[in-house]
Amino acid sequence: MLNTLTLKNTIDQLKRKKISHKELYTDLRRSLEQNSELNAYLTLNEHMEKDVENLLDTPLAGVPIAIKDNFCTKNVRTTASSTVLDHFIPQFESTATRKLKEAGGVFVGKTNLDAWAHGSSTETSQYGRTLNPRNKEHLPGGSSGGSAAAVASDMCTIALGSETAGSIRQPSAWCGTVGLKPTYGRVSRYGVAAMMSSTDSPGPIGKTVEDTAILLNYLAGHDQNDGTSSSKEVPDFTQTIGKSIKGMKIGVVYLDHPGLASIKTLFEPQLKVFETLGAHVEYATALNPSYAIGDYTVLQRSEVSSNLARYDGIRYGNDRSLFGAEAKRRIMLGTFTLSKGYADKYYSLAQKVRTLFIEDYAKLFQKYDVLVSLTSPGFAKKIGASEGSAMFGELEDMLLEASSITGLPGINVPCYRDPATNLYLGMNIIAPMWQEEKVITVGDAFEKNTDWNSWSTHG
Amino acid sequence: MPKSSSNSIPVQHIAKLSNIPITSDEEEALTHAFVDTLKVVEELKSVDVSKVQPTFQVTGLENVWREDMIDEKKMFTQAEALFNAKQSYDGYFVVPQVIDQD
Repeated sequence: MLNTLTLKNTIDQLKRKKISHKELYTDLRRSLEQNSELNAYLTLNEHMEKDVENLLDTPLAGVPIAIKDNFCTKNVRTTASSTVLDHFIPQFESTATRKLKEAGGVFVGKTNLDAWAHGSSTETSQYGRTLNPRNKEHLPGGSSGGSAAAVASDMCTIALGSETAGSIRQPSAWCGTVGLKPTYGRVSRYGVAAMMSSTDSPGPIGKTVEDTAILLNYLAGHDQNDGTSSSKEVPDFTQTIGKSIKGMKIGVVYLDHPGLASIKTLFEPQLKVFETLGAHVEYATALNPSYAIGDYTVLQRSEVSSNLARYDGIRYGNDRSLFGAEAKRRIMLGTFTLSKGYADKYYSLAQKVRTLFIEDYAKLFQKYDVLVSLTSPGFAKKIGASEGSAMFGELEDMLLEASSITGLPGINVPCYRDPATNLYLGMNIIAPMWQEEKVITVGDAFEKNTDWNSWSTHG
Repeated sequence: MPKSSSNSIPVQHIAKLSNIPITSDEEEALTHAFVDTLKVVEELKSVDVSKVQPTFQVTGLENVWREDMIDEKKMFTQAEALFNAKQSYDGYFVVPQVIDQD
C-alpha cells in the first residue's frame, strides 16, 4: 500500500523508480473508496492521475497532497465548509497552494473543516462532520479535521492545514498525526479565507516530523501579496532532522492544570526520553492558560466580525442568512466586543493581555530552548460532543491559545496511544518566534526514540 | 448602542449591525451563548494591565509598503471578476437597494 509511505520515502522511491505514479495513485484511489465514510474530503480532484504526468523531476515529484478547503484553488470549488460559499469557484490561487503546485505537488482534493475554520471538532462544517479514522465513534478535532483525518487514513501522503489557535495541532493530536504550526508570518495567508488575521498560519499536517519539515520548506517565505508575511531568511528546515538534543533545556508547562488530572499520568512518563537523550527537563510555571481562553475569544470574535463582513453575497457566494449557528455567534459577539462603549472594555483589554503572554514567554525562553505540554486536555471526544457548546473549541484549545496569540511556532507529535480505544494523545512543543528548527529537532528526537508514531519504522 | 449588562445583551441590535437575519428562537439561543462566552471573558478583568501596552500584531513589521504600480498579471478580467456573482448586468454587479429603505 504505497499510500501509507511517508512523504520522504514516497519522493525517494519515486525518484529512484522503485515505485511508479501509477501504483501510488491506484493504492490511493482504493484508500479513498474504502474511507469515504470518514467524510474527510468535500471535493475530489478527478484528474489527479493526469496532473501527475511529467512531475517526476520536480522536488515533490507528484506526491498526493490534501488541501484544506479554506485555501482558494483556481477553478476548483472552495467552500470553507460553509454553504455561503457553496458554489464558489475562485478565480485565483492562494500562495500556499501555488507554491505546492510549483514544487510538484498534486492535489487529491479539498478537505473538510469547521465552517470558516471556527471550531475544534469539524462538527460545525455545513457539509457534515468528519470521523476520526483511529476510532470512528470519535471526532477528528479541528478545524483542520479533514486534513488530519486524510493523513491518518493514508488518503494522501501529506496535507495542508491552517491554524489560528490549535487548528493544525489539535486535530493532529486527536488523529495521531504530526502537525507543524509555523511562526505567524512565516507562510503567506494570501488566498486563505481570513479568520483571525493576526494569528492565521498555514502549515503542514503529515505522518512524521521530517515530512512536515520538508513541506514547510516549500510553503515558507515572503509574499508580496501578504504584507504580514516576513522577509526573514528561510532556513532548510530538514537540516535540523536527526540532530542531537543533548544539553537542550526543556520546560514543561501547564501540567498542573486541574483539567488534566486524568491524563497527566499518561503524559509525564513520556518526558523521560528527553532525559535519556541528554536534555534537561524541568517543570516551569507559565502564565495561567485560562486567561488565554478569554483573551483569544475576544480577539478571535472581533477579527472574525470584521473579516466575515466581506461575505455579502454580491460579488460571490450566497447571502448572510446561510451562515451556520457557530459563525453567527462569532460574528455577532465580535460586533459586540468591537462596538462603541465595549471596544475598550473587551478588545483593548485583550490586546494588553496578549502583551503579558508575550512577556511571559520571553522570560521562559531565556531559561528554556523549548516548552512542552499536552496538545489537548484529553483524547478525541465522541461525535456530537461539540453540539450546543458555544465555547467547545476554546476549551479544547486552551493549551495552545497562548502560543497562537503570541505567534510562536509549535508542533504536535503523537505521545501516547490508548490500546482500548486506539485514540492518541499529542505533545505540543513550542519555541520562540522564527525558531521552527527547535521544535522540529525536539519533535524528531522524540518521534525517533519512542514507538508512538504509527508510521514509524524504528523504535 | 443601548446600555446593557451581560444579562441583557441587545442581540437584535447586534444582529442588525452584523447584517445577519435571526429568528426569535435564534435570539434566545444567542443570548445564552453570549452570556456563557462573556462569563469566560470576564476572567480577564482580574488581570492587572494598567502598565501594559496593547499588541495588535506580533511580527514587529512596521509600515509595509509597495510601489503603487499596476500589475496586470494580478488583475481579474471583467469575466473573472463577475464569474461568481449571482447577478450581473451589462458587465456590472447587481446589488440590492440600500437607499430609501427603512
